[in-house]
Amino acid sequence: MKWLGIALIAAAFLLPPFLAGDFYINLASQILIAAIFALSLNLLVGFGGMTSLGHASYLGVAAYISALLTSRYGFGHGAAALISIGGTVAMAALFGVIALRATGLGFLMITLALSQVLWGLAYRMSDITNGDNGVSGLTRPAPFGISLENPVAFYWFVLIVAVIAFATMAIFVSSAFGSSLQGVRDQPRRMAALGFNPWMIRWITFVYAGFWAGISGLLYVYYNKYIHPTSLSTTSSAEALLGVIAGGSGTLGGPVVGAALVLLLKNYVSAYVERWNMLLGLVFLFIVLVMPAGIVPGVTRLIANLGRRSR
Amino acid sequence: MNPPSSSFALEIVGLKKAFGGLVVTQDVSLAIRPGERRLMIGPNGAGKTTLFNQISGDMRPNSGQIKLFGTDITPLAPYQRAHLGLSRTYQIITLFSGDTLEHNITLGLLGLRPARWQMWLPMSSYRDLSTEARRILDTVGLLHLAQHPISEIAYGEKRRVELAMALAQKPRVLLLDEPLAGLSNTERSAVKALIASIPRKTTLIMIEHDMDTALDLAETVTLLNYGRIIVDGERDAVIADQRTREVYLGA
Amino acid sequence: MQFWIIQGLNSLSLGGLLFLLSSGFSLIFGLMRLANLTHGAFFMLGTYFGATALRAWDGLNLWITALGAGLVVAAIGGLFERLVLTRLRGNTLGQVLVTLGMSFIIADGCLVLWGGDSIPVPTPQSLQAPTRLFGFVFPTYRLVLVGCAVVAAVALYYLLERTRLGAMIRAGVDDRQMARAVGIPVSNLFTIVFCLGAGIAGAGGVLGGPILSAYPGLDADMLPLALIVVILGGIGSLLGAFIGSFIIGFIYTFGSALFPELSYIILFLPMILVLAFRPQGLFGRVVT
Repeated sequence: MKWLGIALIAAAFLLPPFLAGDFYINLASQILIAAIFALSLNLLVGFGGMTSLGHASYLGVAAYISALLTSRYGFGHGAAALISIGGTVAMAALFGVIALRATGLGFLMITLALSQVLWGLAYRMSDITNGDNGVSGLTRPAPFGISLENPVAFYWFVLIVAVIAFATMAIFVSSAFGSSLQGVRDQPRRMAALGFNPWMIRWITFVYAGFWAGISGLLYVYYNKYIHPTSLSTTSSAEALLGVIAGGSGTLGGPVVGAALVLLLKNYVSAYVERWNMLLGLVFLFIVLVMPAGIVPGVTRLIANLGRRSR
Repeated sequence: MNPPSSSFALEIVGLKKAFGGLVVTQDVSLAIRPGERRLMIGPNGAGKTTLFNQISGDMRPNSGQIKLFGTDITPLAPYQRAHLGLSRTYQIITLFSGDTLEHNITLGLLGLRPARWQMWLPMSSYRDLSTEARRILDTVGLLHLAQHPISEIAYGEKRRVELAMALAQKPRVLLLDEPLAGLSNTERSAVKALIASIPRKTTLIMIEHDMDTALDLAETVTLLNYGRIIVDGERDAVIADQRTREVYLGA
Repeated sequence: MQFWIIQGLNSLSLGGLLFLLSSGFSLIFGLMRLANLTHGAFFMLGTYFGATALRAWDGLNLWITALGAGLVVAAIGGLFERLVLTRLRGNTLGQVLVTLGMSFIIADGCLVLWGGDSIPVPTPQSLQAPTRLFGFVFPTYRLVLVGCAVVAAVALYYLLERTRLGAMIRAGVDDRQMARAVGIPVSNLFTIVFCLGAGIAGAGGVLGGPILSAYPGLDADMLPLALIVVILGGIGSLLGAFIGSFIIGFIYTFGSALFPELSYIILFLPMILVLAFRPQGLFGRVVT
């Protein structure tokens, strides 16, 4: 039963380039990028018990650094990517130290404040960031000389990165460190009494989550060939949080499903409904009030119940 | 004549703790020898758990010193004290309720090992840890429940798991905060037998309300009231002491 | 010299506005342990209401408008609290998400009702003439704003320290379970405090209109300021919110005037310093 599920998922991700047109392949690429971002956020929210409302900062900073280095300062994509991720990780390290002075709501408020400040910088320092106009006219990298301009080629590239991301994060979560992270989430005092250093565990996770958010940021700017301050706004962080929670935090598959749903909703709905933000808000209310555990746990329970009943 | 500090397992000197105007620990000084079995008694609100919290590092005293085998641990965080050989159990159950018994004990074993930082190998590959965890569960008679989640076992069994988890650390000093609380008679005997079987290389300090049962386990007793030590000494002497009677029976 | 005086006064008036914004936030957080992310939107609603009312009826009394808007926003807040927040007691993450969702709904709603352009709010005629003090010329309205903040602070202080309602609120902030045990209707208290907080924000929005204008995104600009004030001043402390508001008012105003591009960094520097050396804020208690 489990293998059937995995086979279906594998098929869902391997088939688009062969069957679908450019529009759907591009949509699939976007879903994968959103999934990596959501998974990185879920390390914090679901497995770490640290709800952050500023995660888009890391996606945005990575994207901006790459965009500016390649378009304005003549860096090659390889060097730009390295500096970009390095910068993002450094920022996550610094912000982590600040935010982890508190836990729970205090942590949330600090991540929100920090991310808003960063957004303000992106918006106001127009000499550097081009402010509200964003940075456009960007190119995609050509790893080993292979061009990624073609949607199919780009999709394979993103898929490979996504598989690596998913596998690494899955191992992380089930590793000794991952177990200690979940332990700190559940019983921080007990964990300290057992010899674990709760602050260090949280901080390392924060930086690691920032790393993968940065990777998704690079993929994001490669895909769009454009970056704008909205990408690191609170709305952006909130959409990711919605995806994680709607899909089901604390599972690995949940955030992927949730991110896909939020993206599809956004893409389709914005064609018909102008008020995306209002809809986002209403969906938040709906999910929290009606389906708090998220979709994936709900559906898995449903399938388990059906299985039991048929016996 | 005062013996050198390092000959005591736990030494507390002039500990004071106050919340605003409320003094909860008043000039407490204690010296506990290695291998000792000490019982802390006193009415509700006497400050016993507060004292434990300061020993384990969950609370900072306003002044005073705490030494573990001669090392000053007063400025150290709780996890650092664990690495120096301190362990404790809590009044309320602080187990990982969604996880299995084996996983709980495994976490207990991981806390002091360098392997706890490793992030690229799944936990299931640590065969030695799971074997050791199962062995520990066996010593407390809970091996048959190893794969059950904590949420599904009885209260008395949870208390035994708590104890097993603390013992897994092979502590030099173990603080037991009301280990017998809320247990039925059979459960109480089981836990009591467990505590009695703890090897001498672990020094035991217990807080207990159920004096009848706990006194069997104690060699020395400290009576606390209003955050202050009233009587301190050999068990029989403390029980016979006039002041003990006053605290429990008097005004 | 004139520069420093003007910026000084601007700092004070911004501080006053920030107090009207963050006092409610601090109260709600202190009593209900709720980080009300809708708070910026409540403020913005007030600004929009004020903008429409003051532009439509020339000569409309500013205070009545502020009071009216405050009541409307308080009512909206109360409905939200009763219908949504009560179902999520104890669910901190859920509360955060719904207040965030509500802020999106309100923000988008404002966009629908008032459009995407910035709406300047006229200073009331009676307060347009400049004041002469100590040989300097001050825009009267800004002085008035400082006065409003002081009045609000005194009123809130009186409410909290001298009335029975205030005693109940303070008891609830200190120890919720104990308060419930002695018969304090904590649930109703929550609704009252939420309405009060929202209402003050709404009224503050009206008063802030002539200075800030009503524009989409005002809520996103104000909320982080409220957060920083409360982090700086300490949760649940009225005095902390008061002093924190003026400190941030000064830092933001002088920072924007002297180093416009870096104003955001200068803004969060005090927050970092406070977090590094005194995580409970200047006047907050350590929340257990």
